[in-house]
Amino acid sequence: MTTARASPKSSNPAVQLLTPEGELASHDTYSLILTDAEYKLLYREMVFVRRLDQEATALQRQGQLGLWASSLGQEAAQVGSAFALEKNDFAFPTYRDHGVAWMRGVDPMKIMQVYRGISNGGWDPFEHRCNTYTIVIGNQVLNGVGYAMGLTLDQSEDAVITYFGDGATAQGDVHEGFVFASTFDSPVVFFCQNNQWAISQPSEKFVKSPIYKRADGFGFPGVLVDGNDILAVIAVTRTALERARSGAGPTLIEAFTYRMAAHTTSDDPTRYRHENDLQNWKLKDPIERLKVMLARNGIADRSFFDAVDAEADTWGETLRTSVRLMPEPPPESIFDHVYTEKHDVLDAQRAAFIEYHEGFADSGVH
Amino acid sequence: MTTELTMAKALNLAMRTAMEADNKVILFGEDIGKLGGVFRVTDGLHKDFGEHRVIDSPLAESGIVGTAIGLAMRGYRPVLEIQFDGFVFPGFDQIISQLAKVHRRTHGSVKLPITVRIPYGGGIGAVEHHSESPEAFFAHIPGLRVLTPSDPQSAYSCLLSAIRSDDPVIFFEPKRRYWDKGVVDQSQAIADPWRARILRTGSDVSVVAYGPMVKTALQAAEASEYSLEVIDLQSLSPLDDKSVAESVQRTGRLVIVHEAPGTLGLGAEVAARIGKSCFYNLMAPIERVTGYDIPYPPSKLEEYYLPDHDRILFAVDSVMEA
Repeated sequence: MTTARASPKSSNPAVQLLTPEGELASHDTYSLILTDAEYKLLYREMVFVRRLDQEATALQRQGQLGLWASSLGQEAAQVGSAFALEKNDFAFPTYRDHGVAWMRGVDPMKIMQVYRGISNGGWDPFEHRCNTYTIVIGNQVLNGVGYAMGLTLDQSEDAVITYFGDGATAQGDVHEGFVFASTFDSPVVFFCQNNQWAISQPSEKFVKSPIYKRADGFGFPGVLVDGNDILAVIAVTRTALERARSGAGPTLIEAFTYRMAAHTTSDDPTRYRHENDLQNWKLKDPIERLKVMLARNGIADRSFFDAVDAEADTWGETLRTSVRLMPEPPPESIFDHVYTEKHDVLDAQRAAFIEYHEGFADSGVH
Repeated sequence: MTTELTMAKALNLAMRTAMEADNKVILFGEDIGKLGGVFRVTDGLHKDFGEHRVIDSPLAESGIVGTAIGLAMRGYRPVLEIQFDGFVFPGFDQIISQLAKVHRRTHGSVKLPITVRIPYGGGIGAVEHHSESPEAFFAHIPGLRVLTPSDPQSAYSCLLSAIRSDDPVIFFEPKRRYWDKGVVDQSQAIADPWRARILRTGSDVSVVAYGPMVKTALQAAEASEYSLEVIDLQSLSPLDDKSVAESVQRTGRLVIVHEAPGTLGLGAEVAARIGKSCFYNLMAPIERVTGYDIPYPPSKLEEYYLPDHDRILFAVDSVMEA
């Protein structure tokens, strides 16, 4: 247990338990006490998630991945919220939530499969209690609510967390998710990472009142949290999950953060935002502030940080090699899993497909 | 005036031309302003026409289509951009329930001169929902016109016609051909975009294609030992089966090519119509070369899904040998 003392309360409306300077802060409603081992674990997880992102970005540049959606800067929001989940809770992430998938135990190579163009899903949602990434903006919110409705019908004590971004708050599906969850008091946490950019559109343009305040209109609580403060993120997510489990219904969490990279590797943010905008947010880096806290409170020292970095280096190298060597699925696998049962039309197409391609093998032409 | 342009630039020029001619023409869509759209098709228009005519919309396709209907009722002529084919479906309800039916419902009083631009099709190594060919859904709906160009000239001509049309037009842009260059003649009287174009004459087999597959069909014709007549449908609704029939009456054989899955695709409609109108001219069963009846595969396997010139030649052989 840390003996660190908290600094005076902040006037920032966002819940904050760890300032950008790495000072612990107290809050009227929320607090969090973790063991030293847990603090160190959180640091390590965020370092690895950032390394995953860096490696994937580099692999995309080298042509090893078709695309990559960077999670840079959002590590605390993702790792912290997923850390708050119990094993049997269910997460519905988007295509940028690598920290969530990581925390749910998804093999990063399976994330790589999606961005290498080998699979549209990558992993089994039931194995990790983490849905595959949803790409169509906002779709997964309704799916998560439906899963939560099922939990209620089953009188389960599990809960759901569904992720989306500020851009998605314009979509009908997200609002319908709010209505359904409110109607049925569903055990779901709506976790919005406001990274302030919907590709080229700054969220301030289409979010005229803070996102978390929308919850009021739907009849459930909304809370704004410093999305780069992993301690505050864990605290508010835990509270929201407890509320869900108790049968009291949903909570909307707005984690205020910043998309430090491009929308995806296909995007060119220099066309719509200034490099200077990033500087201010670099000072609020989620990993750096936890590192300062750990060092200042004597929870970890240089040897720990160096060891984590060295471990991440080795791991990163293995990841790079594994991605390059990743086998491609057999061509006829494009016909797999379209239906659960035998389908005569598709079976005939598969047979013709195989025969056609074997014809080329015989003639040596392709 | 004649210039060599990419298809993306030709589309851009068509919008510029339409906007200069009619100040009621406005562009509306996600990231089309400063960014110039994810494919840069609207590049520079925000700067030149301002944010009141090139409007960045919130991220909501139902919102884009639904509000465009209101804008059109107020006298505007919106040209919408849906970012990718697979993202049109949140807007599908507004397209089917309102956009397609308002003119009829109001006994012709309300016209909805809206163009819905949708980059479509595969071949660019993209992630899921970014490579689909949903044109048949729209061509199936009475009240919508559906156009798809295949080269820079048809892109320019068809988009200008779509914007000028008082009917709603779903405008499918073959995204893998955005960067192909071709000559665009602006001064030339615009050929009728609602008619199919014969791009190569031939005597053995009529090959009908549209959008991204036209180039593939032309490549096949180049490589074939037979004489292929390549027809670009251009308009998917209304369907110009008359031009196709005239060709098949000469060749006696027909191969239809599209990327979309075969079942209930455009090829089925063309085959049904030609089967009736050319029953006595056909010397072989009509062949279709299409995507398989599967969700679009992950990009590493897309080459196995997309019709290529080998598959077209295979079909040509089969109608020649029938």
